[in-house]
Amino acid sequence: MPRTLNQLAQGDQTRILDVTGDDAISIRLMEMGLIEGIEIRRVGQAPMGDPIEYAIHGSRLMLRIAEAMRVLIED
Amino acid sequence: MMSPLRPANTTLSSPTQSNSKSLGPITVALVGNPNTGKSSLFNALCGMNARVGNFPGVTVEKKLGSYKDSFGEVTVIDLPGTYSLSARSADEMVSVDILLSRIHDAPKLDGVVVIVDATNIERNLYLFSQVREIGLPVLLVLNMWDRLNEEGVTIDRTELEKRLGLTVLITSAHRRNGIEEVRQAIRQLKEGPSPAPLSLFPPALIEERTRLGQWLADQGQPLLPEFLLERTLFDVGGASEEIFTKSGIVGLTPYLVDARKRLLEAGCRIPAIETKLRYGWIRNLLEGVVVRSNETKLTTSDRIDSILTHRTLGVVIFLVMMFFLFQSIYVGDRILGKPFGLGDSGLFAGSIQWIQDGLSSGIETWIPPGALQSLLIDGVIAGVGGVFVFLPQIAMLFLFIAILEDCGYMARVAFLMDKLMTKLGLSGRSFLPLLSSFACAVPGIMATRVIENRRDRMVTILVAPLMSCSARVPVYVLMVSAFVPATSILGGWISLHAVVLFMMQILGALVAIPVAWALKKWFFPGQTPPFVMELPSYKWPSWRVIFDRVWERVHSFVVRAGTLILMTSVLIWGAGYFPADHSQAIKMKKEYEAFITASQGMEKGENSTEPSAESIAAKTELLRAELNQENSRLIEQSFLGMVGKVIEPAVKPLGWDWRIGVGVIASFPAREVIVATLGTIYSLGSEVDENDRGLQGTLQAATWPDGRPLFTLPVALSLMVFFALCAQCAATLMVIRRETNSWRWPIFTFFYMTFLAYVAALLVFQIGSRVMG
Repeated sequence: MPRTLNQLAQGDQTRILDVTGDDAISIRLMEMGLIEGIEIRRVGQAPMGDPIEYAIHGSRLMLRIAEAMRVLIED
Repeated sequence: MMSPLRPANTTLSSPTQSNSKSLGPITVALVGNPNTGKSSLFNALCGMNARVGNFPGVTVEKKLGSYKDSFGEVTVIDLPGTYSLSARSADEMVSVDILLSRIHDAPKLDGVVVIVDATNIERNLYLFSQVREIGLPVLLVLNMWDRLNEEGVTIDRTELEKRLGLTVLITSAHRRNGIEEVRQAIRQLKEGPSPAPLSLFPPALIEERTRLGQWLADQGQPLLPEFLLERTLFDVGGASEEIFTKSGIVGLTPYLVDARKRLLEAGCRIPAIETKLRYGWIRNLLEGVVVRSNETKLTTSDRIDSILTHRTLGVVIFLVMMFFLFQSIYVGDRILGKPFGLGDSGLFAGSIQWIQDGLSSGIETWIPPGALQSLLIDGVIAGVGGVFVFLPQIAMLFLFIAILEDCGYMARVAFLMDKLMTKLGLSGRSFLPLLSSFACAVPGIMATRVIENRRDRMVTILVAPLMSCSARVPVYVLMVSAFVPATSILGGWISLHAVVLFMMQILGALVAIPVAWALKKWFFPGQTPPFVMELPSYKWPSWRVIFDRVWERVHSFVVRAGTLILMTSVLIWGAGYFPADHSQAIKMKKEYEAFITASQGMEKGENSTEPSAESIAAKTELLRAELNQENSRLIEQSFLGMVGKVIEPAVKPLGWDWRIGVGVIASFPAREVIVATLGTIYSLGSEVDENDRGLQGTLQAATWPDGRPLFTLPVALSLMVFFALCAQCAATLMVIRRETNSWRWPIFTFFYMTFLAYVAALLVFQIGSRVMG
């Protein structure tokens, strides 16, 4: 089982493998550019550890842990 | 209203024949992601010339603007910012329906202007690729061009234009740069280069799309635009599927499940295939056009962010900022009024009072006493004042929101508060509207527009009036100072008054937790919405953008909610005035005023044989008491008084008599009105305030007909609890009506809050009177 995006360490960068699920949440994640082959970096997190901020395509996105768990990343 | 049964009346991409088409009035839609400067472009194009309304049946705002160029009028429809045309709700479906010209009262489009954030062009072009499929002429505007350098991005505009085959313009809308070019290009949309609609899909998808169209036709559906068929295939459980199903097409969902299975076998996994194809197209399109030099470098914005979202420092800064925001709504006007010697009444509120007083005395001079005079003074002027009194709070809050939004901090507020708000079943976006509601629910509810998800927005709107606003304070202060013993607890450190006041302040918020939970569960069920939010880069706010936004909110409140608030105020005035006979009161008031004028002359010593000062004072007091008595009798005989007596059996279990009942009903326009009403009804005149010793004393002395004291501590508590939870605020209800575009929700809010207030007051009185004897 590949790692999920929430497991990416602070400051690390990786590539996205896939987004699981076919509901509105997964569609939204993909529409926002979280698709296969895209580079993504963890920038920071909210004081309570959730949500998490990522850098992708030169923009900054925040994802809740529950949403980040749908995103599979390279090891 | 859109209807899936109506055929699309668009003729897709009609070829241009002559230049005469571009003359005369044209209509374009403005489309873009959130945070792209779309509103700035709209305002730059149309100036203040915008009309705001609602599309029927949905909460989406219909914002139409227009301007004239040398060929005629150009109407611009500003569609809500969105990342994609994949609609998940009826609200989001509006944009799709407008683009497909499927809405009756929206004008037919001649073209679409897609505005994108140039610094974030990859993701922004996703929406563009969808719009390009619809078949309307498209103009692409790359906004925020002035920020490219700073972000280390270069874009080859001419090459992009060549590859797309349509006009690509650059603007910095907040600085009004490039606007004239946009106007020219809009005018040329129809005869400019208009390539065929974009088609990115493999044969298997095209085939499935045709098949779906065929299947729907077999079910008796009219011919649908290809784009809508695609959306129905792609959006699993999306708005188009839901709307078609609701319109009575049987078996659509099973059909779609099969169709999606067939597509999966053909190598097209729904929904991933759409994003994959579109982003693939974007990657090819931008190859060599966009160059990013510092993708992995920390930007200035990142450095600011590392402080502002820091675990401790970020939270401290956040709390300080929220404190200032809250203070500015709560006491901002009062602080501004201090240098002008307006004391505690506030600069704006004091000025309004001053104007109201001036107008009232003018009317008293010119219009004889009677129904008309009372209507103008107590109904119209008081009602208009009741609208304007909200303006400082609305302006202050939206000034703050506009600044925070435009500099990029608003998204961080949601980021920081999200975890906390999920405990309420809401998202970080609901934090600011709810915080603001502690000062006043009216601007708080208006601020819910930042909440993208409809369910979250509705729940936030419906619980916002439970937050203890500043209008409840006078009621609390009056009751607490008159009936709560002035003792201190915990060794004299804390006064009991403060404890009760504090409990009243937080009661609503505590009740809001289960209410929000119940609303989510029973009224707005469904899965937790996605909360993928963009955190825009920090930048200096643009004053023009801020001014535009504050003006728009203030203006729309006055025009669209203000009229309804005024009407309510006049209605309640009528109920309190008619049908009693006021001639006696008018006569007594004249006598009283004449006596005062005469006695002032005496005090100046014009005649030394006149009665002493004491006897004048005694006579004045007597006349005034008689007048107040008469006014009290009048309200008893009014419709309001009758209703109060009819409902007495219902309020008796709360420990109230009919007079308190009347006070509560009369305070429907605004909670604080109860203080003045109690003043009138207990024969003290309406000029009392919550700190008035006379009113406190009278309430303490008030009795039931059998001589028992009326106000006991349990009664005072029950009244306070009632006011903490009730919906006695016409302005809030009218703003809910305006923001939800339906009478259903203000009525729902009124009943659920009144029910809660009644039950809570009942419990407090029944338990309280047993415990305290």
